[in-house]
Amino acid sequence: MLDTALWISLTLVVAALALNVYRMVVGPDMPDRLLALDTMYVNSIALIVLLGLWLNTKDYFEAALLIAMLGFISTVAVCKYILRGDIIE
Amino acid sequence: MTQYVILEGVIAFFLVAGGAFTFIGSLGMAHLRDFYMRLHGPTKATTLGIGSMLIASMLYFWVVDGKPDIQEMLITLFLFITAPVSAHLLAKTGLHLQLRHADKTLGMPVELRKEEVGEKPVPHPDKGHG
Repeated sequence: MLDTALWISLTLVVAALALNVYRMVVGPDMPDRLLALDTMYVNSIALIVLLGLWLNTKDYFEAALLIAMLGFISTVAVCKYILRGDIIE
Repeated sequence: MTQYVILEGVIAFFLVAGGAFTFIGSLGMAHLRDFYMRLHGPTKATTLGIGSMLIASMLYFWVVDGKPDIQEMLITLFLFITAPVSAHLLAKTGLHLQLRHADKTLGMPVELRKEEVGEKPVPHPDKGHG
């Protein structure tokens, strides 16, 4: 049962990543691409969690935490850059 | 023995629900018509999806190892704190760039002053340079 659920979940997350790539390529504006990138960060955390379940190990969760932090910080930095034209005033 | 079957069912349910919510969030972002609609999908559905996926992971390793773990809880907490903040900043960016929106999208950017939407300039209410 768990194997089937893991397969279904992996398929859905990979399909979600493909949709994010579509939105990031199509655009049409800068915030759309930024939103797609932010969602890709979150979906890659989901992929890492599923990889941890797949390999039955907890080694990769620090990487997930790191990706969460860096994704948030980079989103905020690019937002500030678009809003102000400068990151640190 | 029965409890393990029930726990496996619960973990499988959370996994499938997480994957479904993540997919629905990205589907909304790919399909909806303007930026302010697209913002809804990733900020709510994707956050809920990853939350339930992390709950599934936490339950699984709790059952396997016999003791609860704090790492998934930390990731969940961090994501649930940061998702609204980045959504707020993205919405501010969209309003700042004055992105075109569909007719059905209601509401006005309240942060824009009168002279920024093409009307007569007004003095700032606090400083009053006139």
